[in-house]
Amino acid sequence: MSIFKKIMTAIRGGASEAGEAIIDANATRIFEQEIRDAENHLTKAKRDLTGVMAEQMSANREVTRLQREVSEHEGYVGQALEKGDETLALAIAEKISTLENDLAAQEQALNSFTGNADRLKELVKKSERQVTEHKRQLSMVKTTESVQKATSAITDNFSSSNSKLLSAKDSLERIKAKQQKFDDKMKAAEILESENADSSLTAQLKAAGIGSQENSANSVLDRIKAKQK
Amino acid sequence: MNIHTIADHLNSLADNSDTGMNFDCQPISGEVDVLQITLLGREELPIFLSVTDDQILCISYLWGTDEVKTECINTMHESMLEMNIPMPLSSFSKIGDKYVVFGALSINSTFEDIEHELAVLSNNAIEVIDDMSDYLR
Repeated sequence: MSIFKKIMTAIRGGASEAGEAIIDANATRIFEQEIRDAENHLTKAKRDLTGVMAEQMSANREVTRLQREVSEHEGYVGQALEKGDETLALAIAEKISTLENDLAAQEQALNSFTGNADRLKELVKKSERQVTEHKRQLSMVKTTESVQKATSAITDNFSSSNSKLLSAKDSLERIKAKQQKFDDKMKAAEILESENADSSLTAQLKAAGIGSQENSANSVLDRIKAKQK
Repeated sequence: MNIHTIADHLNSLADNSDTGMNFDCQPISGEVDVLQITLLGREELPIFLSVTDDQILCISYLWGTDEVKTECINTMHESMLEMNIPMPLSSFSKIGDKYVVFGALSINSTFEDIEHELAVLSNNAIEVIDDMSDYLR
């Protein structure tokens, strides 16, 4: 069963009750131990792989060396035949036959080392993927547990502080009302500000003698004088 | 990163947050430490933050199953699924009989990331309740 399904079954099955663990702590510990074991195996497999690859390289060197020697000796046989020395040619040919046997054995060894190395590499890759996957699953289980424990802490806190949880709509209304109040205050402050700015401008204009001036006795007298003319 | 360093940081921000939000943090003790974070003016919708081995979880409770109009539950679920990707940084979930909106951050997140996450989560929660209020009693 996939870990997703396990978690879902556990939640649906009522394990979500506060205080009840989703997957028992023992199982989690076993799982953690399994991951540690897998990691140890992986380290060992990597070490083995290094050994096999070293042997593979040395076998490869040996094969190259033998091939070179075989072709060298084939040259010698040719030279001995040119000189008409059949006996020497036969002796060299015997040497070549031994070399070729060695070569065949080394090539077989090389093949088997290469095969082993490839298999180990594949195994290491597979194990690495598996460890990563197990770690992800463990993290899911632990997160689920943590959320459950956190939820029970939150619930306990609410019931102990006696604060009643509001319905979502009521909460939203209250928050909106607060926001509205804040906006209104800001607007009122803006209006006040602009009014203040207006009155201070009028005062400045008056001081500068611009705009309508207050009626003074002099201006009244001037007006009446003008009418009498 | 633990809930106390996060609480210290958020409380020290006061009016100088990058998000314009004012945070108040209250640790809740239990088997797992939880930080209750209230945002000024939004006290009704606190955010609960907890820290696990590899992530920081921020959760805001939306509404209970009992608040959903029975005939609307399927439509509501579909709307929530459809909204899940467009909604920035947060996702929907259900804990027990409560619908929640949550965000998960890497344990290596910066304080700025966490602050941003909280502000976005709070905005999302309010907007979601507003958008889904037709389905609620």
